[in-house]
Amino acid sequence: MSDRVSETVTMPMRFGSNSGQSVTRRDGIAKVTGRATYAADNHPDGMLYAVYVPATIARGRVTHLDTAAAKAHPGVVEVFTPKNRPPVVGDPDKKPFMFAIPIEVLQDDTVRYAMQPIALVIGETLEAATEGARLLKPQYEVEPARTGFDAEPAKRAAAGPFGRPAEVVHGDTEAGLSQAKQTLDVTYDTPAQYHNAMEPHAIVAKWDGDKLEIDTPNQAIVLSRGFYAFYFGIPADNILIRSPYLGGGFGSKAVPYSPLVLAIAAARKLDRPVKLVLTRAQMFGPVGHRGATRQRLRIGIDGEAQMTALDHVSTAIVDSFDSSFPEPAANASQGLYNASSLHSLMMVVHNDIGVPGAMRAPGEASGSAALECAIDEMAEKAGMDPLEFRLKNYADVEPGTGKPYSSKALRECYAEGAKRFGWAGRPLAPRQMVDDKGFLTGWGMGTALFGAPMFAAQARAVLRPDGTGLVETAAADMGQGAWTALAQIAADSLGLPLDKVEFRSGSSDLPDGGVAGGSGHTATAGGALHAAGTDAIRRLGELAAADPQSPLFGTGNQGFVARDGRLYAARDESRSEAYADIIARAGGQEIEGKGSAARPPEDAARHAMYSHGAVFAEVKIDPVLFQMRVTRLVGAFAAGRIINPKLAESQLMGGMIWGISFALHEEARFDKRTGRIMNTDLAGYHIPVNADVQGLEVITVHEDDPYVNPLGIKGVGEIGVTGTVGAIGNAIWHATGRRIRHFPIRIEDLLA
Amino acid sequence: MKRFDYVRPLSVADALAAYTPGAAYLGGGTNLLDLMKIGVMQPDTLIDLGRIAELDAIEMLPGGGARIGALVKNSDLAHDRAFAAAFPMVAEAILAGASGQLRNAATIGGNLMQKTRCTYFQDPHSPCNRREPGSGCAAREGDNANLAVLGWSDACIATNPSDMCVPLAALGAIVEVQGPGGRRDIQIASFHFLPGDQPENETALQPGELVIAIRLPAEAAAFAKNARYLKVRERTSFAFALVSVAAALQIEGGRITAARLALGAVAAKPWRVTAAEELLAGQSPTQEVFARAADALLEGAKPSGENGYKIELARRAVVRALQMSAAGTPKRMPALPASSFAEEASHV
Ligand SMILES: Cc1cc2nc3c(=O)[nH]c(=O)nc-3n(C[C@H](O)[C@H](O)[C@H](O)COP(=O)(O)OP(=O)(O)OC[C@H]3O[C@@H](n4cnc5c(N)ncnc54)[C@H](O)[C@@H]3O)c2cc1C
Ligand code: SF4
Repeated sequence: MSDRVSETVTMPMRFGSNSGQSVTRRDGIAKVTGRATYAADNHPDGMLYAVYVPATIARGRVTHLDTAAAKAHPGVVEVFTPKNRPPVVGDPDKKPFMFAIPIEVLQDDTVRYAMQPIALVIGETLEAATEGARLLKPQYEVEPARTGFDAEPAKRAAAGPFGRPAEVVHGDTEAGLSQAKQTLDVTYDTPAQYHNAMEPHAIVAKWDGDKLEIDTPNQAIVLSRGFYAFYFGIPADNILIRSPYLGGGFGSKAVPYSPLVLAIAAARKLDRPVKLVLTRAQMFGPVGHRGATRQRLRIGIDGEAQMTALDHVSTAIVDSFDSSFPEPAANASQGLYNASSLHSLMMVVHNDIGVPGAMRAPGEASGSAALECAIDEMAEKAGMDPLEFRLKNYADVEPGTGKPYSSKALRECYAEGAKRFGWAGRPLAPRQMVDDKGFLTGWGMGTALFGAPMFAAQARAVLRPDGTGLVETAAADMGQGAWTALAQIAADSLGLPLDKVEFRSGSSDLPDGGVAGGSGHTATAGGALHAAGTDAIRRLGELAAADPQSPLFGTGNQGFVARDGRLYAARDESRSEAYADIIARAGGQEIEGKGSAARPPEDAARHAMYSHGAVFAEVKIDPVLFQMRVTRLVGAFAAGRIINPKLAESQLMGGMIWGISFALHEEARFDKRTGRIMNTDLAGYHIPVNADVQGLEVITVHEDDPYVNPLGIKGVGEIGVTGTVGAIGNAIWHATGRRIRHFPIRIEDLLA
Repeated sequence: MKRFDYVRPLSVADALAAYTPGAAYLGGGTNLLDLMKIGVMQPDTLIDLGRIAELDAIEMLPGGGARIGALVKNSDLAHDRAFAAAFPMVAEAILAGASGQLRNAATIGGNLMQKTRCTYFQDPHSPCNRREPGSGCAAREGDNANLAVLGWSDACIATNPSDMCVPLAALGAIVEVQGPGGRRDIQIASFHFLPGDQPENETALQPGELVIAIRLPAEAAAFAKNARYLKVRERTSFAFALVSVAAALQIEGGRITAARLALGAVAAKPWRVTAAEELLAGQSPTQEVFARAADALLEGAKPSGENGYKIELARRAVVRALQMSAAGTPKRMPALPASSFAEEASHV
């Protein structure tokens, strides 16, 4: 069993600030050498293997399962079906918490989407359980699957995700449109996309009486404990979740999905540890996805090219039984351009699919894709350079609400990005640029926008008698580098070099590190760590100031500076003492600090808080065959204080690569008759390969934000996807003169 | 998984002796094992060919031809200098397929025998005449954007996905097979079958027969100076073709004296029409001439679903491939083999 993560960071010491340094990821070597233990690497004694049996129809009822054949197979221990389902205490149809979804744990024989669980086979070996699952040969009473936007007339969504309203109105867009000198009315489609993290969803569950231990990749470790406590009727404190390493999450590993709950239930029923690992194909259904959207954008401009109306209606395909997560694409039009009237509305069409959920930049990515293309189209109509058009409609306060931005260096992003890219001199008209090899060349741009949320977190920081530090918070490193960046923040708060700080994370018995989501993890968990470290230093200072033998005696009222393991009087640095000495004289007890972080609601109400960016894309396209390639991408982002430039740039690059993926590759292809997805593997579900990613450049623009949080941190995890998709779509138009109003854009679209 | 026996013979004779109905030969396993895992193929015996040394040789034959053992790895063949010099478009096609890791594992025999990528074939829960004769063809009204536009039937519209087989077909390769009844040669043109009303009959290989080698005739090497493979795909690398073309010419004094031309990813077999090649012979290598050859090659093409675009794309790709081949085989393998971005800066 892997222990919780506890590694001392060994890094070259840097005097002063750890933050702001490009420290290399501390889990990197463990990962590339295979020492990192992912959930599925755990093998507790007596462990059984579970194999997930998914529905192969999208809607109907299971009428028969050949459980006898499966059970008769050597090595099969149990076959769970609705007839003998392992008990779950909490009502699976209830939603105990925000973000929770109704789950299927074999409570009945209905099938509401393909890949929903219809049985769970348990074996002594994976091979036995796999064959048992195959032998079940399910029979169904099939009802016609509802697939695509034409399945039913779109209805207004009851509400948007994340507690947001389905509709936001600022001013009268109909009036704004009718008064406009020029208008645009376009519809863009985006497909269903599946997270496809490298590591599949996996769990190893082990019960000891009514105590539960689970190893599973999880983006919200402490929160998830509460979910599982609900489903199994035990106190949250009885549950230990270990999640030291995640092979990507992208939003799909934050809530307890059906397969995970089923595996835990099976382990309880059988009183043996159970492991379940989903196959790649099984991840196309029960574990969330980005819902398909159809977005209508209407824009009006006056004679000065000033926007009089921005009206964004997004229709999202949702499941038939929960509908809580319409991909909130229309949100993307709030908060960005200075239109005198703004309207966004979410609509839904129900299909027989699994419940959609948050996938990297949920709403922002899909909404930005359509919005940024529409803005480009409007600029074209106005006969303006797309950057000039955006500057013309630059919002100095949040449009609609009139709130000031906590900080907004978007102008600088535009300028820096344009300069680096060489945007100046771009021909306005399309199909003007051909390179020396004859490829059609196009340049496009898009604005990137993502909120800068903060959640709640706690942390503990300890100064040890030897002067080193220990910090703890249950954060999640999904590969984004949280351990490293958070350790940097913690080390700073303790006034210690990184290698003198032990950082524990990734386990639910630590203080709640909050959700690694919404691009708010560094701000949130980092804020708590900072507070805890500061608290420990404050206590240390109190000891020193009260100790007549300390050089710091009596300096308590001036405050202290903590640096490199020494405490200095703030106004007289000739007076200082090493931590270890202070602690030794005080009796050698370790000093504990506690901290928490959350954004006060009044701060949130006062300012609009976003990360911003500008993305510029160059595409080259074969003029005859229309094979496309993104040859350059320059993204300039302003995202508050950057804790670790290397990690931040990697996150932004990763986001931009997702943008390439969205623009040119990713798409779940549904069979319209059966409602099943036909490309459920990575040979068929394309994402970019190395050869598709060229000339990627990230610039981070300096931004001091005194309002977002004490550390001035915004987020970098998701914003890179936004802006990029539109930039590529616009570059394709610029190269070819063709507006393709759906994603991904394919060769056949340009050939048509 | 379904239980199966595993045997690892050391000679062709032992491999043949190990064969019983229901057994399957295992090359690199990059196709077969995937299909076993998803339940599409369920052999009860796997006969692993991996230790049969006699199948693992590349021989350049005295007269200019070549003989490639069935177990030779895709990568090894593509990187064999003498072979790549004589048959550059075969090397280019191989390097345009799959990924480095897969090519290192995949064998020539396995590549020749690989199954269609039709997604319904790969899904045991869908009707598929090829997998389960008489069950129907789910692809006809389904997701068929990359399926056949030539040689398909109402029973099956699948394509053969191999890149390597396209230049092999153009060059008139010969497949050497051995079975209980002895050895025989099969022309590649008659090796893969069009579906007709029996799509389950995929190749001319009889049950139990083993592919031993692939031979390239001496005259095929005469095209080395002007031979290209072009593959149009949905990403720059690591994607199956939408359409692909093998185009080889012999040019003397500004005139084409002989031509070889085949299309991939458009039918259940590499598509070669000798009339299209004959049309090129004696002509100057111009766009008009190439366009006529493309039309001849695509004669009879019709969509089998939402894939009409492939016909126009194939037409354009043929012209382009012929232009590339007329321009001469590059001295070095392009950084992105068979790509229209081949000449762009390498990503490696
Ligand atoms: C993700 C992915 C992407 C791919 N992309 C491409 C691509 O772009 N282009 C392309 O051309 N291919 C592509 N491939 C397919 C790849 O080329 C084949 O999987 C490979 O060539 C098969 O060779 P193998 O030795 O692994 O065959 P195996 O998997 O071992 O066998 C395949 C079949 O051939 C039979 N067989 C093997 N050897 C013999 C023999 N000597 N005699 C008789 N029968 C035999 C087996 O019984 C089996 O039916 C891709 C594959 C994957 C998984
Ligand atoms: S096209 Fe051929 S392989 Fe595909 S489903 Fe139809 S019969 Fe099967």
